[in-house]
Amino acid sequence: MTDSTPRPSVGSDRVKRGLAEMLKGGVIMDVVNAEQARIAEDAGAVAVMALERVPADIRSQGGVARSSDPDLIEGIQKAVSIPVMAKARIGHFVEAQMLQALDVDYIDESEVLSPADYVNHIDKWNFTVPFVCGATNLGEALRRINEGAAMIRSKGEAGTGDVSEATKHIRKILGEVRALTALSPDELFVAAKELQAPYALVAEIAESGTLPVVLFTAGGVATPADAAMMMQLGADGVFVGSGVFKSGDPAKRAAAIVKATTFYDDPQVILEASRGLGEAMVGINVSDLAAPHRLAERGW
Amino acid sequence: MAGNRPVGVLALQGDYREHARVLASFGAEVITVRRPAELERVSGLVIPGGESSVMDKLSRQFGLAEPLRAAIADGLPVYGTCAGLIMLADTVLDGMAGQRSLGGLDISVRRNAFGRQRESFEVDIDIEELGAPPVHAVFIRAPVVETVGERASVLGALDDGRVIAVEQGNLLGTSFHPEMTDDHRFHRRFYERVLATRFV
Repeated sequence: MTDSTPRPSVGSDRVKRGLAEMLKGGVIMDVVNAEQARIAEDAGAVAVMALERVPADIRSQGGVARSSDPDLIEGIQKAVSIPVMAKARIGHFVEAQMLQALDVDYIDESEVLSPADYVNHIDKWNFTVPFVCGATNLGEALRRINEGAAMIRSKGEAGTGDVSEATKHIRKILGEVRALTALSPDELFVAAKELQAPYALVAEIAESGTLPVVLFTAGGVATPADAAMMMQLGADGVFVGSGVFKSGDPAKRAAAIVKATTFYDDPQVILEASRGLGEAMVGINVSDLAAPHRLAERGW
Repeated sequence: MAGNRPVGVLALQGDYREHARVLASFGAEVITVRRPAELERVSGLVIPGGESSVMDKLSRQFGLAEPLRAAIADGLPVYGTCAGLIMLADTVLDGMAGQRSLGGLDISVRRNAFGRQRESFEVDIDIEELGAPPVHAVFIRAPVVETVGERASVLGALDDGRVIAVEQGNLLGTSFHPEMTDDHRFHRRFYERVLATRFV
């Protein structure tokens, strides 16, 4: 990375990955309208994800889930001063072009929407706006980074309120990072083959012991304790989808999840934050979901 | 000297680990600060990049805002980058409704002054006080210093004249993020102030 830039340069790797660095230790909340966006901002969200239906509703209503109405996203951009993210379908580079033209702060190429391409993901290097992508394991994360993703979120299982898949994926990704650091240089070639990931990225991680981009967790976080557990497991921050606005008292629950994310290692704060939150989202056990309905299996 | 008190990094949210790493590379003992008791231990504080509205809210909810103001008034050396600069400004423009800052720097700062993420950029800037080479500055949804009061002085500006680095006594603020580069002259400037003050 050269450090000589006499003219201002936008859309660089450092600037794209940098915004994610600034979101660390924070909570990004799914919102479907301006009013929810304001509630999220008031509660201390570091960013909001604008979408038409939260994953729990996409699940229950079915049908094809697409990128949101531009008016809806714009309404949310006007309502808050924190960064606004929005989702494009996997492989749908034109939805992504529209989101960039709309000036969203981050594009989520998301398995929560119906994929538009079952072979290719978006070539994210072509964009000035940064991308976040989901991953269930290190190989998938590195393939996304190789395509230009500037931030990774472990997928979990969106719209369930069941944190078990989020736990599985964050443990898997970070466990595979740790495993790489124990390999000798001549073993990294086969490791790259087995991860189905570019050798250069594998070697970089073996050396640094960390992903080259920020890693959030997502998919099933519904309580302050869920969020704190993800942080203790090593996530840089938390996405909360349906967990806030499908609960009894969204404003209170959102603020509580923010507190628990900052003080993730302080059980007393998490305990206090967890009192009197009303009903959590009812949720679905992931084990009760038939395989075709598991969103985490979209993307490859 | 008041013993070897650690240097703190405000760790409510943001890229505090990157700042801690820079300070540790100077040989400083670094602690994260989220509670008043931790603030009492430190001889200097960095307020990192992040979301200023979140730092404001959490610092008030957890009783840290008032002790921070008192420490700043007492002369604690503090360096703020981006959101940290906003927290140190006496006046915040374009804040979210009800947003407050800690204050200390006699300036007004406009939040997200360059626009949204698409406008984030990096560029080289000459900072006279630091000499050659220019500082490589990374701006991410960055604020700009809009007005500079009598007590504050300008350390750096963009070609168009917009102010992006200021200093006032023991307070230092930049719109950009030296912690994201290998050039740590601003951190060094802050740390020298810490060593000279050894806040008691």
